[in-house]
Amino acid sequence: MCLGIPVRIEEIQREKGLVTLGNVRMEVNLTLLADDLAAGDYVLVHAGFAIAKVDEREARETISLIKGMIADEVCR
Amino acid sequence: MKYVDEFNDRNLCLSLVKKIDSLLGGSEVSIMEVCGTHTMAIFRGGLRSLLPPPIRLLSGPGCPVCVTPTSYLDKAVALSEKEKVIIATFGDMMRVPGSNSSLEKQKAAGKEIRVVYSPLEALNIAENNPDKKVVFLAVGFETTSPTIAVTAIEARKRGILNFYLLSGHKRVPPALESLVRDGDLKVDGFILPGHVSTIIGVKPYLFLAEYGLPSVICGFEPLDILQGICMILRQIKEERAEVEVQYSRVVKNEGNAEAMALLHDIFIETDSEWRGLGPIAGSGYNLRKEYGDLDANQVFSLMDTASVETDGCICGQILKGLKIPNQCPHFGKSCIPSSPVGACMVSSEGTCAAYYKYG
Repeated sequence: MCLGIPVRIEEIQREKGLVTLGNVRMEVNLTLLADDLAAGDYVLVHAGFAIAKVDEREARETISLIKGMIADEVCR
Repeated sequence: MKYVDEFNDRNLCLSLVKKIDSLLGGSEVSIMEVCGTHTMAIFRGGLRSLLPPPIRLLSGPGCPVCVTPTSYLDKAVALSEKEKVIIATFGDMMRVPGSNSSLEKQKAAGKEIRVVYSPLEALNIAENNPDKKVVFLAVGFETTSPTIAVTAIEARKRGILNFYLLSGHKRVPPALESLVRDGDLKVDGFILPGHVSTIIGVKPYLFLAEYGLPSVICGFEPLDILQGICMILRQIKEERAEVEVQYSRVVKNEGNAEAMALLHDIFIETDSEWRGLGPIAGSGYNLRKEYGDLDANQVFSLMDTASVETDGCICGQILKGLKIPNQCPHFGKSCIPSSPVGACMVSSEGTCAAYYKYG
């Protein structure tokens, strides 16, 4: 029920973002995000709404933490 | 980066499993995943068979559809019997049994019940059917409630006067606290719900540290969950009990302040009944007085009725992690996904439904 999917915003029209999910082009409501958004950003979509902006830097850091954790016994 | 494939890397997963094995050092550890989406992700990723046996994963009360009480369903069914009423609902609610009927059965009997993906679709149905009254079944955890708050504001803005909400929202932290306070629960740590946490942040879970329970807010891909388990084991080893965030690409410590503000503009915390768990103080959201004209309970003068639980159903104990589905006399016999008896079988994310499909 709390499913959220990361999707890339292709275009922004005021409080709406246009995205493609699978082969379906759809609108995503952006009202819940205070972040500055631009086309190309990824957002987490739930029930037709963007509920969080996906932070690319944090995503890369998570992957490198995982690799570090495996390599040198560090579990953050 | 697409944020899915990168977190499904097979080799990294296998290395993390080895890491988990070494952190365990043979000792048994029980970890509860609170969220039904995690339960499904764990089964779908095959993680149960991948993890070393001393790790016991328990599924908690984490599906808002499962925990919706029969009394709520009875109200929805009663509304669907009324003239010129359309019920709009998330699809998961269709098969949830009330005392005598379900929305699926009502639809088969010709009542107007529409499945929507977003609450905004329900609002559009109201706009396109001005001679009908449209009631949206407003269920969900904190992930979903803000989307419904925006929809309520939008109804006002667009002057749509035939749109109503039947509030059945649930709040995760009070239910979690009630579980933890219940002396029966035997867990060593929690995998906390990732998407609820994008909204509420870290603070509402801090009480877990007082109970000495290590907790990690996790994402939903296999690497996320395995890293989260690693972080919990590390806390146990270092005798720490903190709330850590593994899913930092979408969860900020402070949550989503914008969404929380909108949520509190429209809704107020209230006591709420959970199927299988009973009433829990402060665990729900109701519309504020100022939005009474949207409240289906008020507009249709709906009465609260007592909820009925089926004899022999052990959902209450399953939701608390005390038993597993195979221990229930109904499981796989009188209780199957197409005709569920108890809370945990009703939604595809329920513990029993997941065990039935993958177990």
